[in-house]
Amino acid sequence: MLSRREQSIQYSTMVLLVEDHPGVLTKVSMVLRRRGFNIASLSVGHSEQPGVSRMTIVVEGIGPRIKQCEKQLYKLIEVLKVYDLTEYDRVDKELAIVRISGQGAKRAEITGAAQAFDAEIVDLGRDYVTCQITASPYTIERFLEMVSDFGIMELTRTGVVTMARGSKAGMEAQPMEQTEKEVTNQDGTL
Amino acid sequence: MSNDSKNGKRSGGQIICDVLLQEGVNAIFGMPGGASLPFYDALYHYPQIRHYLARHEQGAGFMADGYARAKNQVGVCTSTSGPGATNFVTSMASAQMDSVPVVYITGQVAREFIGTDAFQETDATGVSIPVTKQNYLVKDIDELPHTVKEAFYLAKSGRPGPVHLDIPKDIFLAETDAPIPDEIEVRGYQPASAGHRGMILKAADLIKDAKKPVIIAGHGVAISEAWDELKVLAEKANIPVITTLHGVGCFPETHPLSMGMLGMHGMYYANIAVDQCDLLIGIGFRFDDRVTGRVSGFAPNAKIIHIDLDPAEIEKVVQTDVPIVGDAKTILAQLNPIVEPAETDLWLDFLSKLRSEHPSENPPDTDEFLPQHMIRQIYEHSDGKAKVIADVGQNQMWASQNFFYDHPLSFFSAGGTGPMGYALPAAMGVQVACPEDEVWCVTGDGGFQINIQELAAVAEYKIPIKIGVMNNGHLGMIRQWQNRFYDGRLMGAELANPPFDKVAEAYGIPGLVARTKDEADDVIAEARSIDGPVLIDFLVAENEDCMPMVFPGASLAETVEA
Repeated sequence: MLSRREQSIQYSTMVLLVEDHPGVLTKVSMVLRRRGFNIASLSVGHSEQPGVSRMTIVVEGIGPRIKQCEKQLYKLIEVLKVYDLTEYDRVDKELAIVRISGQGAKRAEITGAAQAFDAEIVDLGRDYVTCQITASPYTIERFLEMVSDFGIMELTRTGVVTMARGSKAGMEAQPMEQTEKEVTNQDGTL
Repeated sequence: MSNDSKNGKRSGGQIICDVLLQEGVNAIFGMPGGASLPFYDALYHYPQIRHYLARHEQGAGFMADGYARAKNQVGVCTSTSGPGATNFVTSMASAQMDSVPVVYITGQVAREFIGTDAFQETDATGVSIPVTKQNYLVKDIDELPHTVKEAFYLAKSGRPGPVHLDIPKDIFLAETDAPIPDEIEVRGYQPASAGHRGMILKAADLIKDAKKPVIIAGHGVAISEAWDELKVLAEKANIPVITTLHGVGCFPETHPLSMGMLGMHGMYYANIAVDQCDLLIGIGFRFDDRVTGRVSGFAPNAKIIHIDLDPAEIEKVVQTDVPIVGDAKTILAQLNPIVEPAETDLWLDFLSKLRSEHPSENPPDTDEFLPQHMIRQIYEHSDGKAKVIADVGQNQMWASQNFFYDHPLSFFSAGGTGPMGYALPAAMGVQVACPEDEVWCVTGDGGFQINIQELAAVAEYKIPIKIGVMNNGHLGMIRQWQNRFYDGRLMGAELANPPFDKVAEAYGIPGLVARTKDEADDVIAEARSIDGPVLIDFLVAENEDCMPMVFPGASLAETVEA
């Protein structure tokens, strides 16, 4: 769960399309580390294009600093596209599996909470309930808060994956608000 | 040219040599080792590529760097796995920071041993990620022809930089009939070139209305060979030109519009010009902290036009009014026809008066033999035609200040990373690239000893560089800072040196000594008359500080002259 410090931070959500080559994940994370960006979450998988992987990276910070981060990522030869989707209307999803301590009557309470959050019970034992929840990071946080009173024995989260809403891919989709200052793109256009 | 084997297949080693030939590389700098022996065996059959045996891989890296800068082409160096590869790292970092196209070829343990902590195994590509533009560990012989060709393409195109090829020993030996491609296309890599037309028009408008404009020309002008276009722009629009350290020589320093170099040890009048200008046209430079001084006080009244090939440099340090992303030569060629002269007569009068009152470029008028005199004497003896390679520290700053560089690609220095020990091997690379030119290595007595072992290669290959050791018995810049900012508590600043002329002679290189200005005149003349390498130990005044100076945290307006 998020610490107090983490709760007060503003985050940017970026999507990267990268060559599916060995070492690319290392290079991306090294650029972020080198330029001083903390990674809140990072997930990688295949995209719709063969040979192209898609990363969703949530980093601390917003605004011009993120623009610089984006440009530095573009300098990696294997990085094909960088989308800063922070200001976009998008679908954010994350998967969490959590083992919650509970026996007897408490199990019913846990089950109730799970139902309320659309979490699925995937394992049951004498003294625990294991739930799986697929939702926005925000909803997952709320669910975890709800069940934390019972005692969370083990937790794993995938990190968020995201997609902009609308029929077009990435940057071609509409941002919620046009950013006020135009900035130079890689091709030199404004 | 290529050494085809009988079955029409070529070995990995042959493929690399064939690409080298295709790319016009006639020299390779390196040191062999176990994992690269098969590559050396291939090189043995390619006498067109001359191998220069360095005495330390860092030396080989800097030789390739000097070769690349002087030719504006890719330089190539090679080492074995493990320590050979890690010894390259400092030179890689320098080439990366200074945008120099160098291809590094390192041997790696054979594929079956990778990941087993084998003898001389280091994760070389893991180490080189942050200090290269791109790197490859080649595990499939069929991919080698394409990868080697791509390495050259990436090193040279766009913003140049070092590219590292890590080749397992058995890949050098494996054979393939896969062809070397003629053209390379890399998706996800499209260096910008033309520049945005609207922005260029906007720049022309700003220039027309400017009263106090300056041009700052950086390394990008040298890389894109845009010096002619720069001259047209300056003369047509009547704008003074200031250069960064890496821009030195891109605009003739004896030209009436030249205002020398700016920055921490820049010319007083150049720094003041930037402080007071109302329009700053930055071409191919990255607003480095040694150039800007305190950023909040940098060119406070100026609108800024920034031309750079690398979009990541735009607004990295300062806010820009007109960003133009692209190749300097192409952009200036579009800007020049539409640019109109600015009304700068008053401004130029002001600067010219400022310069005559503060002649930072001239050595103090004294009988004492100062380090500045040594540089000015080399300038006068060589008629300003020498190529100068400076090391790092006071010698580097004086070499840029007290010589008037009128020709592009005539002054080289590792400005970004500041690796002491650069000058000697880099000068060797420059001389190999330009055998007809007079090449001077200017180095301090500290930095000289960092790669002093390369004197062996200077002697072996009779590389006719003139080595000028500016010997003040100190790590001079350290002494200067400890005196000024640490109340004179000298710690690790004094050097106990051997007699460098004797060291040179032990290597078989004539060694000369100069203790006074007159002696310096004599030995410089003697050195220039010798057909081959010479070392001169210039015993200069020990306590001279390098001035002008912008103190740490100060702005250019606060440039101190003494």
